[in-house]
Amino acid sequence: MKAHTVKADPHGVLTGTHFMDGDHACCEGALAAGSRFAAGYPITPSTEVVERFASRVPMVGGTFIQMEDELAASITLQGAVWGGAKAFTVTSGPGFSLMMEHIGYAAMTETPCVFVDVQRGGPSTGLPTLPAQADMMQARWGSHGDYEIIALCPNSPQECFDLTIKAFNLAEEFRVPVMFMMDEVVGHMTEKVVIPPADQIEVVPRKHTHKSVEEYLPYGTNGDQVPEMAHAGDGYNFHVTGLTHDERGYPNMTPQIQDKLVRRLQTKITDAADRIAMFEEEELEGADVVVVSYGITSRVAQRAIGMARDRGLRVGKLRLITAWPFPDTKIRGLAETIKAFVVPELNLGQMVREVQRAAGGKAKTYAVSHAGGGVHNPEDILKVIVEASR
Amino acid sequence: MSDNCNDDLDNDFNNELLKNDLVHLDLNPVENPVERFLRSDRVPHIWCPGCGIGTTVNSFARALIDSKIDLGSLALVSGIGCTGRVAGYVKLDSFHTTHGRAIPFATGLKLANPKLNVVVYSGDGDLSAIGGNHLIHAARRNIDLKVICVNNLIYAMTGGQTAPTTPDHSTTSTNPYGVFEPSFNLPHLVEAAGAVYVARWTTYHVRQLSRAISEAFNKKGFSFIEVISPCPTLYQRRNKLGDGLDAMRDYKEKSKVRNGCPTSEVGMTMTGEIIVGKFVDRERPDYQTMMRAQFNQSLGDRFVEQQEMEPVCS
Repeated sequence: MKAHTVKADPHGVLTGTHFMDGDHACCEGALAAGSRFAAGYPITPSTEVVERFASRVPMVGGTFIQMEDELAASITLQGAVWGGAKAFTVTSGPGFSLMMEHIGYAAMTETPCVFVDVQRGGPSTGLPTLPAQADMMQARWGSHGDYEIIALCPNSPQECFDLTIKAFNLAEEFRVPVMFMMDEVVGHMTEKVVIPPADQIEVVPRKHTHKSVEEYLPYGTNGDQVPEMAHAGDGYNFHVTGLTHDERGYPNMTPQIQDKLVRRLQTKITDAADRIAMFEEEELEGADVVVVSYGITSRVAQRAIGMARDRGLRVGKLRLITAWPFPDTKIRGLAETIKAFVVPELNLGQMVREVQRAAGGKAKTYAVSHAGGGVHNPEDILKVIVEASR
Repeated sequence: MSDNCNDDLDNDFNNELLKNDLVHLDLNPVENPVERFLRSDRVPHIWCPGCGIGTTVNSFARALIDSKIDLGSLALVSGIGCTGRVAGYVKLDSFHTTHGRAIPFATGLKLANPKLNVVVYSGDGDLSAIGGNHLIHAARRNIDLKVICVNNLIYAMTGGQTAPTTPDHSTTSTNPYGVFEPSFNLPHLVEAAGAVYVARWTTYHVRQLSRAISEAFNKKGFSFIEVISPCPTLYQRRNKLGDGLDAMRDYKEKSKVRNGCPTSEVGMTMTGEIIVGKFVDRERPDYQTMMRAQFNQSLGDRFVEQQEMEPVCS
């Protein structure tokens, strides 16, 4: 089932060909997607996203507020969503850590919103100006309890634009917080960004209820597992809580209601995982080795793949565009036909665990780790491809 | 300031209430006027016998009647704790948010839909400890929010731990040998941070509280009403201060109405007098007024007023 879409509001769309960095492109993507509200707190290397939003949004009719910290920013945006806005916040590692409780709140209350994380080296203050991809597991598991999110990984400024729109669309379709997992290099690299006319941009509108006040159940579902939403001031007198709640939205802390709610929060995403999954693939057929990568690392991996092919090795490429939900089906299928996966990433081994899990022992899995602060040397990835091909 | 409340007036008021209740019970069983503001399908509530939070909700509901406020445009936001549960019992668009973050949530709600009247209803620990930073910044920005802070002087939901408001020498579960750290004087704090309306009443002063809430609805900007409220289960029991009724007697005897009193003089002690009244009532442009003025000045015709945020519905 494809989500209902409308054309983008032309006021927010900066149609044309631009030379733009990833942070700015992300901001333009948010505006094109119809976001008119952002709350943020400055943190390198992500601040340019909200700086641009702060300068653009008064001229398209919206609000940016710089909050006192990331705890505030990550809940202010959710207040705005319940007031009718499409809203997002932008941060990097230390701020992302502070936002975790509110990612859980958004998941529990099914508040559609976008969290942009321009990843830098960690842990702690780490490497403020240098890249990493070490928040991938945090994006998935960072808040307490069982829940599902969606995470996207752009690898160019163009994708920072395109996929930010996609992030907002998925947030609305599934009423889920979407993590937009950039990295410092993608955020700060400047490339050509083509912004199409508004009538070529599909936007998923809020899933607002048409039911009467008497009929409306704020957390009732009609088969597709995603409830319809109402906004404050619409006359529904609804209740929203982070406590375990029943279909009326009322707190109801029994094991039965907990089971029903938390399983639905999970299955509304996992049941649609194959439909949500986006990846870029190249020469997978007949490959002995498949390099699985995402974000900036996918561009370094491309070089290594080329070098390996020059040596006569049969190497395929699988670039993850959605990291979460993890594309299990795709990896499981490939594992049946290839010798090994090679997974380079700017961390000490995060998504490689998922590849290994989904491969289920049918193909070997090789990590190419990097602690962050730069990108891989293609030779290092090549070395592992050669080893994996043996 | 013209508020002329005093203890005699309170007694008259309470007697009047009592009389009305009897009349209703015996002769004319009509619906309680505040019932339509409550989610009666959620009763019984979780609050303890003698707790003052329900009393504050009654005053709040009566303020809604008196101020004739449009209920359709009213939203209520709570944090976590005993008072945080208020959001679940009022028949309004209501949000039970995370611990300490009611104010930033309410800020987003108000900024996205400026037509909403947004009330923040939460406890002293939620608003002034874990949420203390948001409290002072919202007051500084003068966000148009009505904050009702029910101050029971302790963390009650979690079993009686020290709050930033716990008066010194009190006993709590985390200061079993007595509290020795100084407590916050909340009216002083929020006045210094920029609030345009600051008042304190106790749950004994039900009518004054109701009137204060009505007044806050007529103010544009950050309004803060502190309500001193009994916690017989934890604060009073641990400190041998009796039950809920003893608290009412205490509030009656120890409260001094001092409207316009400098907030630096209204700090609380465990057994000393409780200064109540309206302390601050001033005008200052609110956040959204300042924002519009700034954009008009800097951008002129290029400034586009925020449209009502109603995304096209699916």
